[in-house]
Amino acid sequence: MKMRIGVLALQGSFAEHMESLHAAGAIPVPVKFPEQLDGIDALIIPGGESTTMRKLLNKYNAGIRIIDLAGKGFPVYGTCAGMIALAKHVGHSEQTILGLMDITVQRNAFGRQRESFEENLDIPYLGQEPFRAVFIRAPLIKETGNGVTILARLKDGRVVAAEQGNLLVSSFHPELTGDLRMHQYFLAKVKNT
Amino acid sequence: MEKSTDITKRGLAQMLKGGVIMDVVTAEHAKIAENAGAVAVMALERVPADIRAQGGVARMSDPALIKTIMDEVTIPVMAKVRIGHFVEAQILESIGVDYIDESEVLTPADNKHHINKNLYKIPFVCGAQDLGEALRRIAEGASMIRTKGEAGTGNVVEAVIHMRKIMDEVRKLNNMDKTELMAEAKNLGAPYNLVVEIAETGKLPVVNFAAGGIATPADAALMMQLGAEGVFVGSGIFKSENPQKMAQAIVEAAANYDNPDVLAKISEGLGKAMYGLELSVIEEKDRLSVRGW
Repeated sequence: MKMRIGVLALQGSFAEHMESLHAAGAIPVPVKFPEQLDGIDALIIPGGESTTMRKLLNKYNAGIRIIDLAGKGFPVYGTCAGMIALAKHVGHSEQTILGLMDITVQRNAFGRQRESFEENLDIPYLGQEPFRAVFIRAPLIKETGNGVTILARLKDGRVVAAEQGNLLVSSFHPELTGDLRMHQYFLAKVKNT
Repeated sequence: MEKSTDITKRGLAQMLKGGVIMDVVTAEHAKIAENAGAVAVMALERVPADIRAQGGVARMSDPALIKTIMDEVTIPVMAKVRIGHFVEAQILESIGVDYIDESEVLTPADNKHHINKNLYKIPFVCGAQDLGEALRRIAEGASMIRTKGEAGTGNVVEAVIHMRKIMDEVRKLNNMDKTELMAEAKNLGAPYNLVVEIAETGKLPVVNFAAGGIATPADAALMMQLGAEGVFVGSGIFKSENPQKMAQAIVEAAANYDNPDVLAKISEGLGKAMYGLELSVIEEKDRLSVRGW
């Protein structure tokens, strides 16, 4: 049976994630309200503006329900703003959003839009072929706690993807390139939980 | 590492989808917009309603003002240049704004040519009244399109006309016999390769927002139900009675544009929206939406 994967659809690149999930063989389900989290196998929090997402997550109480579910092993993948949403610590004393994963992230870590970039990453977990990663006003993972596995680094060693139990994060946007391997990796993770 | 590629330039607009971009004239406004949940702000000296009322030549804003706004908020900051004024664009690129709006709201600097936007590291958004205009701008390098509407009026009718026209022309191309595409490219005044691309994909290759005359949460939701992927609100926020409330309500409306129960709730008790202008009182020569070629 096909897996039903929710995509937080309050703002950002949710349509692109839904297309990627569909192409990877799952059924994408848009989620805005807490009750829409029932009956799905996992959740993706897309790229977008984290300040906007925080506002809307709090407003409709979807945040509390995600925290509750994730505590019980429900898989969640956050890309870019989604990664900021999952982090326990956000640099420069900014408020955390869901505070689930034992990482410290820095927002806009590379600077403004003109510093946005694409780069081929070697990600052994995804196979030999390099992964074309797109970073847009992207955050970085500055510190990782015990139990966090680092999945991908830039050539200079800075950390851009990681996982901890049922949680997966990346600074970059796999939903923008058509390379489905990050989504497939997440789906495999969902299957195993 | 490759910077300023089509994917990164168009990609930032994709991250803004479902969101509201607000005009702000001070750092204080910018903070209110960010706290209300805006996905980006447009930094300028005067909102379109004031530009319309005061008249005269409207130019790029003082870089010092734009920089104070960039320092104040963590969300992307956009700023406007005059149509064809490529030096104003060079200046905005130098100070590092996140997006440049080559805008008909300012007084055009060139009555024949738009900026060659392909030459810049920073992405551009441009206004369009129809598909041909949108595709000419994309061919020049625009990474995001918005309707023109009639800025500074608080009257959404022109934005509706532009959005309907663009969506209609996209649908028409999508259903057209391939043999007819060259004649249609000529008819639209649009590059053939982009016409073929839209005929195949059935959508614009860049994100398309609504702008010009949006003044209420219902206006924002209307534009999104018509196919806009997000909205610009110019004078509609800070010319309303309670900007903070109006800003929050429009952000929520953009996220819930297809949910009338939520829209009903957030439309309550917002105070007066900005004073609107009936389009028939604006003479043809005073229309901003006809600027652009």
